[in-house]
Amino acid sequence: MDSNVLSLIGLLIVIVGFALKLDSILIVVVAMIATALASGMGFTAMLDILGSSFVANRGMAIFIIIMLVTGTLERNGLKESSVRMIQKVKKVNASGIVSIYGVFRTVFAAFNVSFGGVAGFVSPIVYPMMDGTTESQGFEKNDTYSEELKGMAAAMENITWFFGQNLFIGGAGALLVQSTLASLGYDVTLVRLMIVEIPIALIALVAACVYFHFKNKRLIKQYFQQEKEVK
Amino acid sequence: MNFFLNNDILLGDKLLEIIYMVMGLVAIGTGIYNFADKSNKNSLGSGVFWTTMGLVIGFGRWIPSMITGIIILVMTLPAILGRVTKGKSHTATKEYMKKAADNIGLKIFIPALSIGGVAIIVALTTKLGALVGVGIGVVLSIIILMILSKDNKPKVFFYDAVDMLGTIGPLSMLPMLLASLGAVFTAAGVGEVISSGVSRVIPAGNLTLGIIIYAIGMVLFTMIMGNAFAAITVMTVGIGGPFVLAYGADPALVGMVALTCGFSGTLMTPMAANFNVVPVAILDMKDKYGVIKNQMVIALFMLVVQVIYMIIFS
Repeated sequence: MDSNVLSLIGLLIVIVGFALKLDSILIVVVAMIATALASGMGFTAMLDILGSSFVANRGMAIFIIIMLVTGTLERNGLKESSVRMIQKVKKVNASGIVSIYGVFRTVFAAFNVSFGGVAGFVSPIVYPMMDGTTESQGFEKNDTYSEELKGMAAAMENITWFFGQNLFIGGAGALLVQSTLASLGYDVTLVRLMIVEIPIALIALVAACVYFHFKNKRLIKQYFQQEKEVK
Repeated sequence: MNFFLNNDILLGDKLLEIIYMVMGLVAIGTGIYNFADKSNKNSLGSGVFWTTMGLVIGFGRWIPSMITGIIILVMTLPAILGRVTKGKSHTATKEYMKKAADNIGLKIFIPALSIGGVAIIVALTTKLGALVGVGIGVVLSIIILMILSKDNKPKVFFYDAVDMLGTIGPLSMLPMLLASLGAVFTAAGVGEVISSGVSRVIPAGNLTLGIIIYAIGMVLFTMIMGNAFAAITVMTVGIGGPFVLAYGADPALVGMVALTCGFSGTLMTPMAANFNVVPVAILDMKDKYGVIKNQMVIALFMLVVQVIYMIIFS
């Protein structure tokens, strides 16, 4: 097919559509149809590509079979047991707790086990544990410091989940990369895709732990040590 | 049936097809459940969505692709119209889960870790493939759960799955639709148009420069769109393919790390509302950029690390 500038219409629709936060599925469908018509490919040829590509990528729906156990695991106390495991940790400061959670989250992300994200785990468990260290260290509660702890807890959740999720060998990201590469004529295995991400996930985890360790140290100095000196 | 009796087809492919059928049947079952669910205000739309999806996933191999294309468009309609919802939830009570945790305790991690564990073992030691490994892991996990508690009957697994699928909803389809969009883009020559435009600006043949532009492009596109999955399709067809992979870079390494470069972008943008804005509300934070501010340094650091990693090892 000729290189036709009009075929960029789909690209434009995707960028503008996502930026305007329109319905994602609508954006993709409209972009697909617009590209097919503008490039001269035609509607029926598009249906054909859509059908064959979707069927070729059925692996991305592997989450359906995983769902057969996800709910039942939760029913049998997965989250409660995780809480109990994390709560065994005592006598560490706030950055210690957030780091332990980061390690925990990365390891379990590799096995595709999730604990409910910010709403299900970070907000009810990780942040309160971090906040609790303030008093156990003998400092008075400080709202500004607590706000910083919330930010760190949510950030650790995002960082470890993003970089850790590709360690699961049937993850959606890897499957999407695999199929995108296949459409360009490059065949790669899921094992390779997982292996190349191991160093990246580990570096992200270590970097986040180190960063939050020093940040917490600085904050404690800033909010509490000075206060003590004044007294 | 010929497919399963044919000796030329690999065992792994046959098993994978069976897994697709199971997935299809679970989705169709979810659809039928939703059709009959009076507590779901969109029982028709939800039923259509899950049933058509199950049809395509379970039996797509035997349906002509043009018909599949039509079925997929039908599937997207209730999703676009916001008519895919879930009815009354059947999740266990907090008390039940607490009691289960008392009884089963840390043993619960055995079935939880078995899916990922079996997947990797099967992928590394057999020729069956990672997804077949996931399927076997799920079966093992179900068996262990049935041993751990007598309450875990087949019915329970199915209803819990229906509940989970209802919760994740139609957006779970987005990666598959994006992959298809990528295929349409490639066939329409979008990649060639972008690359002929870009080649006027960047000198062709410079792999390092190509990697840097691919990585930064992923970050910027993701920041604008709020979704690295949408960005990877477009950027790989337009920049990654012609300016990096064409010069012999390792496709697995560059393709995969490019996606996580996009994640560096996700960490820095309020467009990724689910990760950076919603938590602000959940945690009742005063600073609406409080989450992003804590991620900025790590995101930029990881971008540099990933670019260097791609340049050295590709």
